[in-house]
Amino acid sequence: MFDLDRWREIFQSINKNRLRSVMSGFTVAFAILLFTLLFGIVTGLSNSFKTAFSDDAQNSMEVRVRKTTIPFKGMQTGRKIQLKNEDYNFVGNEYESKIQYQSAIIYKNFTLKYKNEAGTYSVNAVNPDNQFLEKTIIEEGRFLNERDLRKNSKVIVIGRLIKQDLFGEKPALGKRLNMNGSSYLIIGIFSDEGGDNDERIAYIPITTAQMIYGNNDYISQIVVGYNPDLSLDGAIAFGNKMERDLRKRMNIHPDDQSALSVRNMADANKGVGQFLAILYALVILVGSGTLVAGIIGISNIMIFVIKERTKEFGIRKALGAKPSSIVGMVVQESVLITAISGYFGLFLGTYILTLIGDSLEKDYFIKDPSVSSGIVFGATVVLILSGLIAAYVPAKRAANIKPIEALRAD
Amino acid sequence: MIRIENLHKSYPMGKDALHVLKGINLHIKEGEFVSIMGSSGSGKSTLLNIVGLLDVHDEGEYYLNDQLIKDMNEKKAALLRNKFLGFVFQSFNLISYKTALENVALPLYYKGMSRKERLIVAMEYLDKVGLKAWANHLPNELSGGQKQRVAIARALVTKPKVVLADEPTGALDSTTSDSVMQLLKDINNEGMTVFVITHEEEVAEQTKRIVRLKDGLIISDKYTKASKAV
Repeated sequence: MFDLDRWREIFQSINKNRLRSVMSGFTVAFAILLFTLLFGIVTGLSNSFKTAFSDDAQNSMEVRVRKTTIPFKGMQTGRKIQLKNEDYNFVGNEYESKIQYQSAIIYKNFTLKYKNEAGTYSVNAVNPDNQFLEKTIIEEGRFLNERDLRKNSKVIVIGRLIKQDLFGEKPALGKRLNMNGSSYLIIGIFSDEGGDNDERIAYIPITTAQMIYGNNDYISQIVVGYNPDLSLDGAIAFGNKMERDLRKRMNIHPDDQSALSVRNMADANKGVGQFLAILYALVILVGSGTLVAGIIGISNIMIFVIKERTKEFGIRKALGAKPSSIVGMVVQESVLITAISGYFGLFLGTYILTLIGDSLEKDYFIKDPSVSSGIVFGATVVLILSGLIAAYVPAKRAANIKPIEALRAD
Repeated sequence: MIRIENLHKSYPMGKDALHVLKGINLHIKEGEFVSIMGSSGSGKSTLLNIVGLLDVHDEGEYYLNDQLIKDMNEKKAALLRNKFLGFVFQSFNLISYKTALENVALPLYYKGMSRKERLIVAMEYLDKVGLKAWANHLPNELSGGQKQRVAIARALVTKPKVVLADEPTGALDSTTSDSVMQLLKDINNEGMTVFVITHEEEVAEQTKRIVRLKDGLIISDKYTKASKAV
């Protein structure tokens, strides 16, 4: 298969006809460059969407309650709805198979004090699963566990920035904090990709909070992570069902969005997914169009080139060249030019993407624009095939012209 | 070497056909130096193209080296051309982006000879036509006579059975014509069969046998003084 002499013939031909080779290469390189840039930027856009939603778990659902706005079963509007432990347990029992994580939350604001340093922070009283629902990253120690909840322990997990505010560079793990007059043991320090606000939070066991601050079984919010095996549509259906069931259970009008609502990430995911799918489809359409234009460009040039070389082919045939050797030579040359210039376009495109990547993220909501290796592979195949076809058809025709006619050509 | 019997060839011209060769009978033995004479349109180029396997005939039989030429496809024709035939054209037909040496070596490439070997052989033949010093020049750096000598070296390099020359001096002045003809004579003296097409009497007279063609038929076939001299 590998024929050094054949390659030598090809390089000589390319080298002696530089303008022609560069022109045909340029068409392909430019098409691939545009394709890469287009694809990279859309990938960047899709990356931004993904990060915007990935701070919390992708599969989370929040049950929120406020006041009723629609009268129901003789009850007035303006009734305050309160979630309780029994509702939390109901959700856990009723939808067990559809739930991966579950946590109740009570939102509080307290002043935390350590020695002379103090500050007011959001304190969320939660269940252990909240770690996964909020994608909390444990830096030191551990998160809350079931034992803490059972024993109503006075333990606290603090955000990285609270630690920085109160302890500076000194170690905080195992120290005791003063919160509203009670002493809490620091068992963990966490970070969160959601930004500064999410790192100025402290977590305590929900049972502790219910016992000390109210002595009741009230909950501010229920958060569940639906089973990731569910399809998006399945998850949306699950969210809607849970909403209906809870409204019924708590005597709320079935359409009272304000009194109780389930905020479902699946809805948002589906919207984003559809948006991105359309965007990708559009880009594939436009990108393929660019590629096709490039391929047509190189086909045109090849037709011209082969016409120009018809006489040379005639000479070669008179000297004993088989038609197959002429077709092979032309096709190999064309594939070489398309492959090299295509890769040149691809690398130039990727290089430009990395170069402008950072500034795009700041100004245009485009993060890490890049092309995947699958796309690179696909583009290569398309290129080689197009080089092949662009050259094969006219070369085959030229090689089949009788040498006497080819020699007469000028 | 070449035996042609009742050869016909016509070219379709729209609805009609142009009957170019109307029954040619010709027998050329090994080592002959034959010229075909005729005015333009007499069919001499067509005859050469058929003999050179560059074109196919319609009727009659053609034996090249005792092999009947029939149902040729391009691949078989290419092999036979490479093996038995060497071409010299009026317009030289050198490949413009290859040096004189590479042009001469090209038929050997199609023969499958290694690069090193074929460059040595090609250089040998360039030396034979007196152009060793010009080996690395491109065709457009050579004079017409030099180009034709490169073409002759290229025709000879595969040691063919027959050298076919189509108006080899047609594009040359008389001095260079003479030197090219002298070269062809030398080749013939070494035993090579040479088949020349020309419309110049002076050229034809230097060959050993003159076949005159008119309107697709042979009107005379004579040996010249040159043949008797040897």
